[in-house]
Amino acid sequence: MMREVAIIGVGMTKFGELWDLSFRQMIIEAGARALEDANIDGKQIDAMYVGNMSSGQFISQEHTASLIADHAGLVPIPSTRVEGACASGGLALRQAVIAVASGIHDFVVAAGIEKMTDVMSEQATGALATAADQEWEVYAGATFPGLYALMARRHMYEFGTTEEQMAMVAVKNHSNACMNPCAQYHMKITVENVLKSPPVVLPLKLLDCSPITDGAACVVVAPAEKARKMDRVPVLVAGTGQASDTISLHSRQSLTGLRATVEAARMAYKMAGVGPNDIDVAEVHDCFTIAEIMAIEDLGFCKKGEGGKLTEEGQTEIGGRIPVNTSGGLKGKGHPVGATGIAQVVEIVQQLRGEAGKRQVKGAEIGLTHNVGGTGGTAVVHIFKRGD
Amino acid sequence: MAAPRFWREIPNRYNLIGTKCGNCNKVLFPPRYICPHCRRMGKLEPYKLSRRGKIVTYGVVHVAPEGFEDQVPYVLAIVELEDGPRLTTQVVDCDPNEVKIGDEVELVFRRIGSDNEDGVIYYGFKFRKV
Ligand SMILES: [Zn+2]
Repeated sequence: MMREVAIIGVGMTKFGELWDLSFRQMIIEAGARALEDANIDGKQIDAMYVGNMSSGQFISQEHTASLIADHAGLVPIPSTRVEGACASGGLALRQAVIAVASGIHDFVVAAGIEKMTDVMSEQATGALATAADQEWEVYAGATFPGLYALMARRHMYEFGTTEEQMAMVAVKNHSNACMNPCAQYHMKITVENVLKSPPVVLPLKLLDCSPITDGAACVVVAPAEKARKMDRVPVLVAGTGQASDTISLHSRQSLTGLRATVEAARMAYKMAGVGPNDIDVAEVHDCFTIAEIMAIEDLGFCKKGEGGKLTEEGQTEIGGRIPVNTSGGLKGKGHPVGATGIAQVVEIVQQLRGEAGKRQVKGAEIGLTHNVGGTGGTAVVHIFKRGD
Repeated sequence: MAAPRFWREIPNRYNLIGTKCGNCNKVLFPPRYICPHCRRMGKLEPYKLSRRGKIVTYGVVHVAPEGFEDQVPYVLAIVELEDGPRLTTQVVDCDPNEVKIGDEVELVFRRIGSDNEDGVIYYGFKFRKV
């Protein structure tokens, strides 16, 4: 990287069905918390990148980057919306990191937001499906759970992954969410609850799926030298990687992993000079339980096909070999699509600072975030390190 | 989906016409406008695909998207055609519990779905077990 970059402030709203909060209120609440955490004033912000998948479909409002700059009192700074379906937040962070690393800007806000519950849940599901190929997937009757069910079935067929192992991902993430005040669900579930929940697209049941959520999250990106002058543990962005793949699942040779994840991770690990065994804590994109199993394999925490087993052994729990989704993940914390990639960073920064409370992974020094768009047409991976 | 957007793809959807690259000989479906392997050096031509293939993976849809509600439960699958390309489709005329990976299937012409607002009905390919 041209110059070292750090995250100096993080903030988010509670995730959930926030009927009393508008899009504008949510982003301002998250932004104000991030600036307060960074101990800087709005006047110091040079630019903003906003991750937002589909405000047009969810609240009939486009041009949200300008709207946010306006309502945050930040005009005339440059404000840019970044879209990569459910990876929009991760992409916004990457743009902010590149902007600071290049020296063009010093203080940049990377934001993420989605207001999903102002429409009926069928409309929200339809809006999410626009991240798949409309002409050749959705046309045939595919939905997002449908496409992930296709991956789940193939993973079960090739590696013997079981519905119980998938259920254990949901059980773990709900358990972690109970310790996160910002999470949508504070409700423990059992493997049996998951297996007996209503079928969505079998083999995936309702409790294998992440929910529809409102939420916003913001982080402040700055040169590392500024972070080192602050009176707290600096958290550096050690690596960033992004990759693309075919938009439709049927165009890929492998249906049991995401090539975009593998490529983005390779890029991020190389830049950070670390490998999968060095990661102490990870937030991965568990839009469906099978997605977490594939992610931990694709990120190299175990061999391809062993993600179910790693989960069953408890290795991804807090206290395990590689704690995954300590925040509750998309499943337990909620999945406001554009905000997800930024909320993952909020969790990792809190973990590396030692501020994660009951969810704290002891001695965490290196953390990873992994954010996926659609069925893997986009993936983005970031690696963070304590800078002290 | 607006009607012109559907009509545009009718030849491909009704007759399963994809593209073949004269440079690398790969058969591509859905049809493409540039060969992803050869890019500008590719030579794409229309290619009528075989109507048989086998199931690579499948799921059983219980919560359907708009326009498909009356069809649940239905089998959503990825089928690999004998010519190589794969497509997303439904497997019909069978008990969803009797579908397996590797099953041989053939194309049938069926109603796909309907646009609830305009009342337009869409037709195209589905597959059934051989
Ligand atoms: Zn070619």
